[in-house]
Amino acid sequence: MALREAEPLGSLSEVKEAGLDREDLLGIYRNLLVTRGIEERGHILYKQGKIPGSFYTGRGNEAAAVGVATAMGPDDVGTPLHRDMGVHVTRGVEPWRIFAQYMGREDGPTRGRDGNVHMAEARLGLIAMVSHLPAMLPVAVGCALAFRIRNEKRVALGWYGEGAAARGDAHEAMNLAGVRQLPIVFICDNNQWSYSTPTHLAYPVEHLADRAAGYGFEGVVVDGTDVLAVYREAKRAIEKARSGGGPTLLELQTLRMEGHAVHDDAFYVPKELFEAWAQRDPLERFRTWLRDNADLTDEEEDELRGRVKKILNDALSRADESPQPDPATLLEGVYATPEDLDTPHHK
Amino acid sequence: MPELTYLQAISDGLRVEMRRDDRVFVIGEDVGVYGGAFKVTLGFQEEFGPWRVIDSPLSETAIVGACTGASIMGMRPVAEMQFADFISCAWDQLVTVAAKQRFRAGTPVPIVVRLPSGGGFSGGPFHSQNPESSFAHIPGLKCVCPATPEDAKGLLISAIEDPNPVLYFEHKHLYRRIKGNVPEERYTVPIGKARTHREGEDIAVITWGAMVYTAEEAAKQLEQDDVSVEIVDLRSIMPWDKEAVLASVRKCSKVLVLHEDTRSGGFGGEIAATIAEEAFEDLDAPVKRITAPDTPVPFSPALEKAFIPQVADVVAGLKELAEY
Repeated sequence: MALREAEPLGSLSEVKEAGLDREDLLGIYRNLLVTRGIEERGHILYKQGKIPGSFYTGRGNEAAAVGVATAMGPDDVGTPLHRDMGVHVTRGVEPWRIFAQYMGREDGPTRGRDGNVHMAEARLGLIAMVSHLPAMLPVAVGCALAFRIRNEKRVALGWYGEGAAARGDAHEAMNLAGVRQLPIVFICDNNQWSYSTPTHLAYPVEHLADRAAGYGFEGVVVDGTDVLAVYREAKRAIEKARSGGGPTLLELQTLRMEGHAVHDDAFYVPKELFEAWAQRDPLERFRTWLRDNADLTDEEEDELRGRVKKILNDALSRADESPQPDPATLLEGVYATPEDLDTPHHK
Repeated sequence: MPELTYLQAISDGLRVEMRRDDRVFVIGEDVGVYGGAFKVTLGFQEEFGPWRVIDSPLSETAIVGACTGASIMGMRPVAEMQFADFISCAWDQLVTVAAKQRFRAGTPVPIVVRLPSGGGFSGGPFHSQNPESSFAHIPGLKCVCPATPEDAKGLLISAIEDPNPVLYFEHKHLYRRIKGNVPEERYTVPIGKARTHREGEDIAVITWGAMVYTAEEAAKQLEQDDVSVEIVDLRSIMPWDKEAVLASVRKCSKVLVLHEDTRSGGFGGEIAATIAEEAFEDLDAPVKRITAPDTPVPFSPALEKAFIPQVADVVAGLKELAEY
């Protein structure tokens, strides 16, 4: 169960071995562009006063999120967090609904009942996060428990960050998952800063992945800016869980390239750190890789960027047409009705 | 109809649902081999196997959180807290995750958390509490508190069937002391409907759980004074049967709200306020509350007796109301 540091993925043939063809690779690039595009547009909307409350982005974490989600099977489920927009995008949430969610409109996945990335579409196997991190880890363990009880070949993914690793929920969830060898993969988005708290004030070991050994499973440290390395390790861990091999903890190392939320200028993060990690921008890294290894042409890239721009423009206008939720409906839905159980999961 | 203890009726309800519906499973500390601290699930693991009667590590947060996740994946989990007091360790999972998931994300969370609650046996501050009002305050949670074996079975089945998180407060004092006829077949008792435990005309007592029997003893004593006491057993406190309470208040025009939980912020305050708002003109006396005082539950029998409302306390309160 020793800690392992994942190797970067090299050539196109290695990538093919890991299960991705050229079309998949272009799909990953598209999802990275859409993810960053949604958050950049969201930032503008926020500054225009069109988004109430606060606004969070996952800049720097796009490859971590997209890489993991690409490795998930269609019936797998997960609990992505506020730096994981790429998971929603990759699973197929329509961008216009994300903008509607940001703006608190009726067509957002939570119909204005909750904000920012506190959303999920159940039909895509996602469960909406809460603010109390890592409270979603025990929930993900419960999904895995259901799969184990029913002997289904499905896997749950539970996300948390290096900050939330300090809370007891993480321990209880991983311990139960380890004891029962449940089909789950724990994804730690380690972006080095828990609001203003650096890692040396958050945990006393070299790697959070070291902790996996204490729960009886493998921990792997992965460069979270390398989408292909993230994909390969997530795929390995997911398929291991699917075949009865139990949990894995993946620590995806990134840097949170913006403040905790839009109000925070992250003055406490050393400028040199930002500069160093800017050299490892996940989108640029993958773009370069595609050009060097998969013959990405200027024409293809222009076409792709044009398509993403159109998706975002259309999404914004459609979201803007979405109505405000009707205050007369405020009292609805506090309690579920038997009809609510007619969901993809409650068969 | 067989006569069962309150505890046997809980087991019976759980067994009936587990036999009928293979989505139902039990998870908790020592619920498997040991059969649960109070033996509610004795023999269950033999019948249903280790993956439907799951011995968990000592992890209330993981127990309730896992139930939430499993329920979203289509299961019908029933969690056992070894004592209701330990639900504080799972507060976040219930209040932050389970209670709000339907409202904000449209995801129903059909889980049941069984909570052995109540005092009277020197369990001390951490094995005796009645924390129902804390959870009745949380929109999205339901709270049931059966007092009879028949209700214990029917409300448990209703709770499992319900598409919401339901906290099932089972009173430890009643486990082996209270017996009653319980139908063998599957049946439900509607959540949110009160039961008239005793018909009367002069004073209405609104109560639930073990206090139903304390009220009954007191009511019998008041018969000697020609005072006729009605006892309304709420059975559920969220949702609670406001109509039944108001009807009883209007009939009797005097009302005593009685609970074993502590006074300030206890659910009796909500009942009293509702009566004041909606039945003020039907009252011939101020609403009276009898509750535990605002202290932790004490250990020593002498102190605990002073803490939990006793029959004599209720008799005194009823006499005061009768004479008003």
